[in-house]
Amino acid sequence: MRAAIKAAEAARMIPDGASVMIGGFLAVGSPERIIDALVARAARGLTVIANDTARPGLGIGKLIDAGCASRAIVSHIGTNPVTQQKMLAGEIAVDLVPQGTLAERIRAGGAGLGGVLTPTGLGTVVAEGKQTLALDGREYLLELPLRADFALLRAHEADYFFNLTYRLTATNFNPVMALAADCVIAEPDEIVPLGAIPPDAVRTSGVLVHYLVERRH
Amino acid sequence: MDAKELIARRVALELHDWTLVNLGIGLPTLVARYVPPGIRVAFQSENGIIGFGARPPEGMEDPDLTDAGGGFVGALPGACSFDSVTSFALIRGGHLDMTVLGGLQVDAQGRLANWKVPGKLVAGMGGAMDLVAGARRVVVAMQHASRGEPKIVPTLTLPATAARRVTLVVTDMAVIEPTEEGLLLRERAPGIAVEQILAVTGAPLSIAGEVPEMRLAPASAVVETGAVPG
Repeated sequence: MRAAIKAAEAARMIPDGASVMIGGFLAVGSPERIIDALVARAARGLTVIANDTARPGLGIGKLIDAGCASRAIVSHIGTNPVTQQKMLAGEIAVDLVPQGTLAERIRAGGAGLGGVLTPTGLGTVVAEGKQTLALDGREYLLELPLRADFALLRAHEADYFFNLTYRLTATNFNPVMALAADCVIAEPDEIVPLGAIPPDAVRTSGVLVHYLVERRH
Repeated sequence: MDAKELIARRVALELHDWTLVNLGIGLPTLVARYVPPGIRVAFQSENGIIGFGARPPEGMEDPDLTDAGGGFVGALPGACSFDSVTSFALIRGGHLDMTVLGGLQVDAQGRLANWKVPGKLVAGMGGAMDLVAGARRVVVAMQHASRGEPKIVPTLTLPATAARRVTLVVTDMAVIEPTEEGLLLRERAPGIAVEQILAVTGAPLSIAGEVPEMRLAPASAVVETGAVPG
């Protein structure tokens, strides 16, 4: 049987300078306890790959506040003035990626694909320096796969095999990130016995999850 | 009636029966209040739900159930939740009949800019570039001018959201249809004269005969019965 670890142990596994995919959409579905532990151990130089940087004091915003991240690959920073200030001050590099392109680049990274062809971003600054292809009379932008050293997920339920479920709009990027990192750490709301999650309800197979953080006590 | 309600009630007339529609954050969100009677529309929020409902009563919010602006919402009977990959497959894959987005600028070619003001505001494009690239129809809902400065300009001075020509621009003064030949003034807001519109429009507007006053969806109370009302 596999054992769960403490959030602080998870944070210690993630070295300074690592790339980390973090689930969540404006902090909904973000692993707050792992984020708190990264702040507590004063992580530095992280490359954060996520939908957004949430708000100051919330979700990934806490990593930005504490200076843990030196680079963010995200679709949106409009809700976080601290990210904007740090970007303008040169303290954090921000790569803005269209949200659907971000999802597909992560999917490609986890699915063994060499890239994605998308119409999104054609004729905009997003297309600068990128290859375009015309197929059947339509033009596409070639976007390359994204992978990370770690994926930090928030799940709803986990069982003893680390099978995961998600809830409602807290799902967002979590399932696709589970495939795209060398080490996957999940923070569940609940840990339930084997068999409690019916096979059809499992959204991320436990074979993809390396570590599970203890449930909240 | 304030400018936002006027815009939302005019945009609501663009809703087609039994379709999937995505409303952007801010002004476009108001459109959901004015779905005309007899029209059944499913609204998507790109953070992963079709069929979100009104905010629950105080203290009954679900922290795992929000809209794309991070606000608490409910889920209507028949709602469906999904991950970000599915959400953007819906958007990019031709499944979305219409998106309604806010705008900073629209130019004579009908291109939209709505995600960045260099040196001032760097919001990021979020889902806007995918929405404009992928929706069958793109409706821009915005104020006609910002502090007297035209938002409809000859050529974008702000970074474009997509190369694509948007379908329709609805403002507090006018309805404008971008065409291959340029911008066509289709309708004017109640009590607004064509000359007033031209005075705060930076790009040339073509006019084909009489410009009618815009019709508006009724200001009826919303009754939420299911993920696809009706």
